[in-house]
Amino acid sequence: MNDFIVGPLPLWAEIVTAVFAVLGAAFAAIGSFGLVRLPTFFRRIHAPTLGATVGVWCMTIATIVYFSVQGYSLFLHAVLIVLFIALTAPITTIFLMRAALFRERQKGGDVPPAAKSAD
Amino acid sequence: MTPVLFWALRLALLLLAVAMLCALTRLLIGPTAQDRVMALDCLYINGMLMMLVLGIVYASNVYFEAAMLTALFGFVGSTAMAKFLLRGEVIE
Repeated sequence: MNDFIVGPLPLWAEIVTAVFAVLGAAFAAIGSFGLVRLPTFFRRIHAPTLGATVGVWCMTIATIVYFSVQGYSLFLHAVLIVLFIALTAPITTIFLMRAALFRERQKGGDVPPAAKSAD
Repeated sequence: MTPVLFWALRLALLLLAVAMLCALTRLLIGPTAQDRVMALDCLYINGMLMMLVLGIVYASNVYFEAAMLTALFGFVGSTAMAKFLLRGEVIE
């Protein structure tokens, strides 16, 4: 399976990589499952952010640990990905939310529902 | 690579495949256009995570560059489509 010749990694590095890879994938799976499961668009839009934040963070930690131990040097390029996703995912979500509100109002829907006043 | 890491990476790939299937389901059945754009956004993030896992599986840095490009172009695509839904045109 492995095409490249890789020296044996210390056990702790393999365990940390394994745990964080599985955690990240599990969070992404939970977020995507919520995308299918939740009933309306305005609830669904919350679900994938789980994969875009915790999932990407965990996977980045796994990548950093694995390549740092394997290459005997600090592999910090992966932080670029997580920074980029952290900057761009909210922008996409805001645009999408505004588009959804606009389209719902064009169809005559009353969104968002009126907030309950405190008094 | 010990069996622990080997099977953990296979499990991660399986979970990500399930996640991509869920996003694909929403992409296909999504009742409105914004649902489909949101599903596509989720799909490219899952694909990017899969690239990172494949990079660990093959112990290669090339997958990392691919993941970065996926993140870059996925953001551009999702934002362009959301903008299109908002205004009916991408560049004003």
